Amino acid sequence: MSISVPETYWWKPVDREEKIWVTVALIWCIFITLMMPYWHFTGKQNPPWETYKIKPEQFEKLAADFIAKHKVGEDNGIPVVEPPPGGDAFLVASTWKFEPVLKLQKGQTYRLHVSSLDYQHGLSIFPINMNFMILPDYDYVLTITPTESGDYRIMCNEFCGIGHHNMVGKITVT
Amino acid sequence: MNTSFRTCSVTGLKIHSEAEKLIKINAVTSVVFLLVGGLMAILIAMTRWPAVHLLPEDLFYRFLTLHAIAMLVAWIIFMEMAILYFTSAVLLNSRLAVPKVAWLAYILMIGGAGIVAVTILLGKADVMFTSYPPLQADPMYYLGVILFAVGAILGCCVFFATLIVAKSEKTYEGSLPLVTFGAAAAAIIAIITLAHGAIIYVPTWLWSLGIIQHIDAPTYRLIFWGFGHSSQQINVCAMIAVWYLLGTLTVGSKPISQKLCRTAFVLYILFIDIASEHHLLVDPGLSPAHKSWNTGYFMHLAVLASMIHAFAVPASVEVALRKKGYTKGLFEWLKGAPWGNPAFSSLVFSMVGFGFLGGITGITFGTEQLSIISHNTWRITGHFHGTVVAGTTMAFMGLTYYVIPLIFRREYVAPKLASAQPYLFGIGMFLVSFSMMFVGGFGVPRRHWDITFTDAIFKVSFNPVVDIGMAVFGIGAILAVVGGAIFCLQAVATLLMGRKLA
Repeated sequence: MSISVPETYWWKPVDREEKIWVTVALIWCIFITLMMPYWHFTGKQNPPWETYKIKPEQFEKLAADFIAKHKVGEDNGIPVVEPPPGGDAFLVASTWKFEPVLKLQKGQTYRLHVSSLDYQHGLSIFPINMNFMILPDYDYVLTITPTESGDYRIMCNEFCGIGHHNMVGKITVT
Repeated sequence: MNTSFRTCSVTGLKIHSEAEKLIKINAVTSVVFLLVGGLMAILIAMTRWPAVHLLPEDLFYRFLTLHAIAMLVAWIIFMEMAILYFTSAVLLNSRLAVPKVAWLAYILMIGGAGIVAVTILLGKADVMFTSYPPLQADPMYYLGVILFAVGAILGCCVFFATLIVAKSEKTYEGSLPLVTFGAAAAAIIAIITLAHGAIIYVPTWLWSLGIIQHIDAPTYRLIFWGFGHSSQQINVCAMIAVWYLLGTLTVGSKPISQKLCRTAFVLYILFIDIASEHHLLVDPGLSPAHKSWNTGYFMHLAVLASMIHAFAVPASVEVALRKKGYTKGLFEWLKGAPWGNPAFSSLVFSMVGFGFLGGITGITFGTEQLSIISHNTWRITGHFHGTVVAGTTMAFMGLTYYVIPLIFRREYVAPKLASAQPYLFGIGMFLVSFSMMFVGGFGVPRRHWDITFTDAIFKVSFNPVVDIGMAVFGIGAILAVVGGAIFCLQAVATLLMGRKLA
């Protein structure tokens, strides 16, 4: 019984069936553990880890300069910006909007800097469903290469106050 | 010192009257919080289902915060306190050590939980369970959590003190019973967890008072999840102790190999907290080596422990039923199982829901690449409704079906309804958990008032199949809440009006 004191010889040998089960489970655990570093080196997509500390004012200034330099239009009051292929791009999250709208080119690689000016936000790219965190005081550098053209949305998926559900941005890839 | 005992007529166990009172008050309080959390559940579920979209935005986020606190913290940890007192004092035929401290623990916990609930309802803490800074709640919110955590630590200390008392007063000979061993593992994990809570909530409280100027967001996240996720590992460990307990109570099962089961509990103590790391896999700053190390072999040793229990519990049930004569073919024992006993059906739903819906999905999130496609989507919410609700909550409900006749000594007012309750709740929660994970795969975010994005400047239109998923979710939520309501009402009605047992 599980609720009473075990018999004196409770450390008796484990049964054969249970031994087989535990062995198979252990082998599988070792296998999936080894898959983690293996996939990191051979898979084609890892979460980026390049990060810099930055003050929100500094990030806002860098982004404002970037927007002023590469602005090509406006969409719903949000500046549309075409960053140079292979170069840096900035995306600013603040309650409750993403700025600017980015126009990217298919097959080109960009260093996308994201940070928040206030709360913690989420970066959820729709419809490809890729999700990252955006934290204040940290510049998170996502090195991205769009492989398909189209209209993408960025949803905030970290709660950031009562207007959180309206926080949607846009990326277009041509 | 009050050391009066009664002898249970069913199990023959000696029950210390102070322990009994504390078990009763903690169990009743936990069911009251389940009722509060359940009421919040139906309101927020009927808001998330776009076809109904019941609440306004501010109330949705407020009630979602309260739902999480009432369920993840209050319902489960109050019930765990009852389990700790039961597995120490009652199962070891001992008196409860220092009942006064246990009462102080209860007062701190109920005071803390009450302060938190009222602060949320007053609209001063719309911050979600995670309360990520710089989002700030009223200082009373953090203070309430701290009081609750201190109370729970004291409760764990009473449990350990009772183990020492029982050993020194020789109320039992030899090793601890397995269920008590499992509860001890849960209590050790609880102390590690609550220490993380104190480390992060105390400075956050000071920050909300203006004494500390700044809380670093990623540091908060790292330590918070040592509390936020690990608190759910207390549940896992306590739930598995309850699985062994229910196996014994419902079909008289004996653990197959005590040695393996106990080793598995030790593996939990050593490794399971590291699973908390999987909240941080798509955060800025942490290196891939750090992520792979922590979510790699360390976490998988805890997985191995779960695999051991996944074999041991069903196998012991099978052996017990075969001994009762259900020996034909491979599956006659399944036919002979007591499916009408709500504690047994709860046990089965709990094992299947925890293992196949919650557990497996949780392990996948521990892979950094898979975290990219799941982080903060509704897939996460589906995962922990599989573990915490279909798993832990159902196990604790099953346990309650024994606590009522054995501790409160009352007969259910509606036994037929009790037999049906786990099926309603279980099927409802399976639908909820599965549909959340399904639509989460399409990128539907968690904690979101309006996935139709009516007021957003850019529109997002999900795959139409998401609408079907949301409908399945809505129906599942209604079933589960009806099942949960039957459980709570049955418990309350039985305590008030049930026929007294000798």
